[in-house]
Amino acid sequence: MDFLQPSTWDDALAAKAAHPDAVPIAGGTDVMVELNFDRRRPPALLDLTRVAPLTEWGTDGDMLRVGAGVSYRRIIEELGSKLPGLAMASRTVGSPQIRNRGTVGGNLGSASPAGDAHPPLLASGALVELASVRGTRRVPVDAFFLGPKRSVLEPDELIAAFLVRPGGVEQFAKVGTRNAMVIAVCSFALSLSREARRVGTGIGSAAPTPIRALEAEEFLAASLDWEARGPVPPSVARRFGELVAAAAAPIDDVRGTAAYRSHALSVLARRTLAWAWKGMA
Amino acid sequence: MRLNCTVNGEPRQADDVWAGESLLYVLRERLGLPGSKNACEQGECGSCTVYMDGTPVCACLVAAGQAEGRDVVTVEGLADGPVQQAFLAAGAVQCGFCTPGLVVAVHDLLARDSAPTDPEIREALAGNLCRCTGYEKILDAVRIAAAS
Repeated sequence: MDFLQPSTWDDALAAKAAHPDAVPIAGGTDVMVELNFDRRRPPALLDLTRVAPLTEWGTDGDMLRVGAGVSYRRIIEELGSKLPGLAMASRTVGSPQIRNRGTVGGNLGSASPAGDAHPPLLASGALVELASVRGTRRVPVDAFFLGPKRSVLEPDELIAAFLVRPGGVEQFAKVGTRNAMVIAVCSFALSLSREARRVGTGIGSAAPTPIRALEAEEFLAASLDWEARGPVPPSVARRFGELVAAAAAPIDDVRGTAAYRSHALSVLARRTLAWAWKGMA
Repeated sequence: MRLNCTVNGEPRQADDVWAGESLLYVLRERLGLPGSKNACEQGECGSCTVYMDGTPVCACLVAAGQAEGRDVVTVEGLADGPVQQAFLAAGAVQCGFCTPGLVVAVHDLLARDSAPTDPEIREALAGNLCRCTGYEKILDAVRIAAAS
């Protein structure tokens, strides 16, 4: 196995073009598990931890552009007020040791249906920036995932960054057996924007890929009295929960049953709606 | 490949390192530092927690080559510190397998916050499992170390 360690982004893209079978590694929290358990023997590892631009974030027009190698810890500490939904999800990732190393870029690269960063990225309409020696493209995150652990990432491409338009009132909730070290049984993210009259949703761990609940988004955007300050009418909250649950396509597995996931999603949808709506006041 | 890094303040070198092996393997099997424990190998248990460039990480999830040129501190580098003494005083050691990782995690917690609350202690140690389930004594040890 080769160990490729570029120190510049251009060198990283050149290395990926020359070694399309090389597995990119940043925090190692997914890749090293596969190596430690002999599940994977790639011909090469492509270490991205020396590529400084991947660990930077800043503005790009009216969007926030966050390098793929920014750790969960830094998202919590540095971007908690700008990207509250993603920061909430980041706080539920693994443990302090994992959050010190793990990255959103790695989460996207692994493309697990249970990835904690995915629901808030879906809810906020994020773009994923992919790059290769052929050029750069930005893919809406709801078009990024193709199936369990599969994405539109081409063999010669690397994930450079993700972009989000900040400003939504966001919430995230996740069901698991304890607060730490939990892979989501199911999770849900919500983003409300009063100015744009926009509702964004993201469902985790309840379909072959992380998904939006499109019908639920449209229903809620049309049903909310956006200028009102009181609580959301219970009938609206209930219907929103039902539509979120209906959007999911869960399965029975070791972490929970499909029926439980559907029920839990409707509850998480109602709860996050109540919290977010309160946060708009 | 050859790996150069600083471990517990000393420049160290390891040869014939396989690209896919972990920093934990290098520490234990190549550099003779078995304090960091190898248990779950998937970042779940925290028994292999070490500092890398001042940040606690699971050594089992760091590819050896990623540690090139980095500054690593293992539990051996924290020997005779107040955290170990507090673990002894509190009886926070049963089988002892989780202790090295906990010592590093507690050392980091107290370096950031000299008087953590109980919820803060629990949150800081959420990534360290004690399968003897001696958590109450471990919490006692953190309180003793914080007070010392």
